Amino acid sequence: MAVDNETVRRIAFLARLKVEQEKLEDTQSEFNKILNWVEELGEVNTNNVEPLVSVNDEALSLRQDEITAGHISEEILKNAPAQEFGYFVVPKVVE
Amino acid sequence: MADFIIETEKGKWEIICGLEIHCQIISKSKIFSGASTEFGDDVNENVSFVDAGMPGMLPTLNQECVHQAIKTGLGLNAIINKYSEFSRKNYFYADLPQGYQITQFQYPIVGEGFIDIDLADGSTKRIRIERMHIEQDAGKSIHDIDPHKSFIDLNRAGVGLMEIVTKPDFRSPEEAGAFLRKLRSIVRYLGTCDGNMDEGSMRCDVNVSVRPFGSNEYRTRCEMKNVNSVKFVMQAIEVEAKRHVDVYENGGEICQETRQFDPVSLSTKVMRKKEFAHDYRYFPEPDLPPLILSDELINHIKDELIELPDAKKNRFVNQLGLTSYDAMVICENKEVAEFFEKASQGRDAKKVANWLMGDFFAMLKKKNLDINSSPVSPDNLGKLVDLITKDIISGKIAKDVFEIMSETSEDPEIIVEKNGWKQVTDTSAIETIVDSVIAANPDNVASYKAGKTNLLGWFVGQVIKQSQGKANPAIVNKLLREKL
Amino acid sequence: MSDLTDLTIAESLSKLKSREISPVELTQAYVQKLNDNHKYNAFVTLTAEKALSDAEEAEKRYANNTNRLLEGIPLGIKDLFCTKGIKTTACSHILDNFIPQYESTVTQNLLDDGALFLGKLNMDEFAMGGSNETSYFGPVVNPWSKNTPLVAGGSSGGSAAAVAAKMCAAATATDTGGSIREPSAFCGVTGIKPTYGRCSRYGIVAFASSLDQAGPICKDVRDCALLLNSMAGYDPKDSTSSKREIPDFSLSLGKDIKGLKVGIPAEYRPDGLNPEIASYWDKAAQILKDCGAEIININLPHTKYALPAYYVIAPAEASSNLARYDGVRYGLRVDGNGLDEQYINTRTEGFGAEVKRRILIGTYVLSAGYYDAYYLKAQKVRRLIKNDFDNAFQKCDIILTPTSPIEPFAIGDTKMLENPINMYLNDVFTVSVNLAGLPAMSLPIGLSQNSLPLGMQLIGRAFDEDTIFKAAYHLERGANFVRM
Repeated sequence: MAVDNETVRRIAFLARLKVEQEKLEDTQSEFNKILNWVEELGEVNTNNVEPLVSVNDEALSLRQDEITAGHISEEILKNAPAQEFGYFVVPKVVE
Repeated sequence: MADFIIETEKGKWEIICGLEIHCQIISKSKIFSGASTEFGDDVNENVSFVDAGMPGMLPTLNQECVHQAIKTGLGLNAIINKYSEFSRKNYFYADLPQGYQITQFQYPIVGEGFIDIDLADGSTKRIRIERMHIEQDAGKSIHDIDPHKSFIDLNRAGVGLMEIVTKPDFRSPEEAGAFLRKLRSIVRYLGTCDGNMDEGSMRCDVNVSVRPFGSNEYRTRCEMKNVNSVKFVMQAIEVEAKRHVDVYENGGEICQETRQFDPVSLSTKVMRKKEFAHDYRYFPEPDLPPLILSDELINHIKDELIELPDAKKNRFVNQLGLTSYDAMVICENKEVAEFFEKASQGRDAKKVANWLMGDFFAMLKKKNLDINSSPVSPDNLGKLVDLITKDIISGKIAKDVFEIMSETSEDPEIIVEKNGWKQVTDTSAIETIVDSVIAANPDNVASYKAGKTNLLGWFVGQVIKQSQGKANPAIVNKLLREKL
Repeated sequence: MSDLTDLTIAESLSKLKSREISPVELTQAYVQKLNDNHKYNAFVTLTAEKALSDAEEAEKRYANNTNRLLEGIPLGIKDLFCTKGIKTTACSHILDNFIPQYESTVTQNLLDDGALFLGKLNMDEFAMGGSNETSYFGPVVNPWSKNTPLVAGGSSGGSAAAVAAKMCAAATATDTGGSIREPSAFCGVTGIKPTYGRCSRYGIVAFASSLDQAGPICKDVRDCALLLNSMAGYDPKDSTSSKREIPDFSLSLGKDIKGLKVGIPAEYRPDGLNPEIASYWDKAAQILKDCGAEIININLPHTKYALPAYYVIAPAEASSNLARYDGVRYGLRVDGNGLDEQYINTRTEGFGAEVKRRILIGTYVLSAGYYDAYYLKAQKVRRLIKNDFDNAFQKCDIILTPTSPIEPFAIGDTKMLENPINMYLNDVFTVSVNLAGLPAMSLPIGLSQNSLPLGMQLIGRAFDEDTIFKAAYHLERGANFVRM
């Protein structure tokens, strides 16, 4: 499945990355090289094979419903690039 | 039940509607972290490093959220899936710290089920549930503090949600309204969600399409997100359906899109178009192995499940003789049903129901109280009904007694005693009054004897009046008939 | 007496316990080495002062006999482990100046056992790379380099180089596709990636959650056993961590391996395999055979597909794991006009080329319409790869392979840089183990003609690190590799 420039642009936006116009061709060709390579997987017969979701066969453990965290807003905000009144601040989000 | 048909000059149209409801799970801590779910605490105080999406932080699943989901699934008469998986739904948003929401996609915890809804004409309809899954809530963005900035509070980020998806079974706004009320009643009974739509602990997305009446096709639907009251949901369905009809009849096409309902203008408008459509890239959450539930756990929860509104309603109809309508009204709210059960214990349940739904509800409404803070206790309401049933007071006096009860919370027996309102059942005392009334009104006696028998009521009234309302009307009646 | 930094941890502990040396002396010796070897660029953050003051505490503990398992042992910590109050960047610009307010479980376990931290170690950005050249802080130089600076391997290049150059007694590392084993092989040191689930991932910056696993890089096999015993253990904060008992690994050292079945997979010996590496492989098999082991030819038929499957699954998980680096709550923020532009500017500037490449691939393979063809397919192939190992382990107890198909290459090697796939192919012997969640160790077997170290890999059954330690002990003695 060859990927075109438009797809590269769309994928980049989904990932919130910018691919500069002049790098678009290179990125696209590199993308296709890697995809062609991983498409070797198509040679494998996987009929009736269950995907491996979890290598560890132990069951998921559940946590007791207890309050064990919180009231650490100072630590939570410690590394924030911008904060005011205890909130994280970002450029205005247009709904 | 008559279908809700949109009829225009050009034709008849039918509504197809499905709902997706997010219910906030009642639990002490969040679904994947140990931070509190408390509402209204200071900004970013109920936030753990996990909720803030800090590097290297991992989710751990709260057992209570799983149990609540199982309970709710059972309340929806649904299949509980013993195998379920968590998935990541990837998208960027300021109040979504991880850049993905942990939800369930391919394998939800609850499968197909149904709810029977009661409609105004006394009929019921079965609404099928497609699935229910559990997931985490996002944080909150506040846009109105500063013209150029948005402020992010993560207190709500990570609170557990149950998302219930119905089949497109609704054919009228009324059905959707009845469903939401019923669902709210079920989750409140179960204690799995407080069901408050205005506070956002229950949120509804509405999917609407229309089709020519009688056809079987499914046309393009539009989704309205976060409609936050039963009334608005009903209005949104109606105005959106009418918009579709209008577009089709004018030769237009409906595009699949997300719209917003505006309750002020009673219209829907398309939400901002994204440059690229959403592509959530769901995949199994690698930080959480699959969730495996044992039959033992499911059965244990089933055994502990309290009686739900439908079962209670049926019992009230079949065992206590209530009408289906009365039983439905009483059972909608768990507290009301519990109040009723206490008040009617060992008494004529129908009479208690009449009092409850009449004077009692009117009093709560007038005083703007909910049933838990009622000045009249279930016991006292029951005693009041006893006083009437045992002919100790008349229905008329009972209203005065109730009036005092709702002010002072006093025991009705004491009120009656204090005011000397006990009905006179002593025949000789009543006889004296009867005699004096007969003696004082020879003309009417003559008319009565001449055949104007409907004057009996007038004589009864006179006697009761002279007894200051205390004379038992049955005895008065009997004596008057004898003496006249 | 020779340099204290020549001592293994086991040797140091015995001298510390006998009070022959003090923790301060030991720490000073390592700090000296560290300062003499900045040219290797192995450390990105130094905490030597803290280590020295902690060493004084350790002295007190030895004095009053409250010394713990690793009391006073100076370690280096891969910059992927969050360390409370100490800058943690994953060697990425996007985590500029990030100071975690929490400690990873693995480093906490080491601290609880009395270890000291000399600083944070260089690595490939977000552990994505096989040569440590993707680090924001520049490549690590392999201490074995002669005239041309060579790569130390990756992603745990700093860990391996620091241990090889005796800049720390041992180091923590992580392995997603070979990131412990390949740099260990390149730097002539010993590293073990335990079974997935042995070490908690809590507090380790995530790359690919279903593959990431922490482990130690040490001077020898015994030290690996010691350190792994401290690092491993069930952690309720990581839902994928295993509840299985952790045995005392050092008890396996010295046990005989008579009758141990050592599998040699045919698929790991392709036609073009470097003859030097092939002959060392034969030598390693002979060493084990001489100790009484039985050599068995086995097949791992899906080996060829491990790399493609890995380069679908790992980028997919990474694309999601790295979504949280958005400039909102921590790390780099590059302003933009509106939130989306801020995200894009921040992430475009904050991530290096290899990380961006993998995010794009990962985003693509999960996107609508491609999920089944790539991600789901890769997960199915992953199952087949695991099944291959399950079948092989019916016939043998342990598998012996080379760690890497090549010896350390020059920093800036054009063949590696011109096509990312050439670099990816270096992981050919290591990734299957991560896909199957198995434990595997790399230990030095000898020097190439270029006097560069080469490594051998021992792969065990899930949760059977014991057998690896048992065999590794004999292989180490037989190889008699001389450390730097």
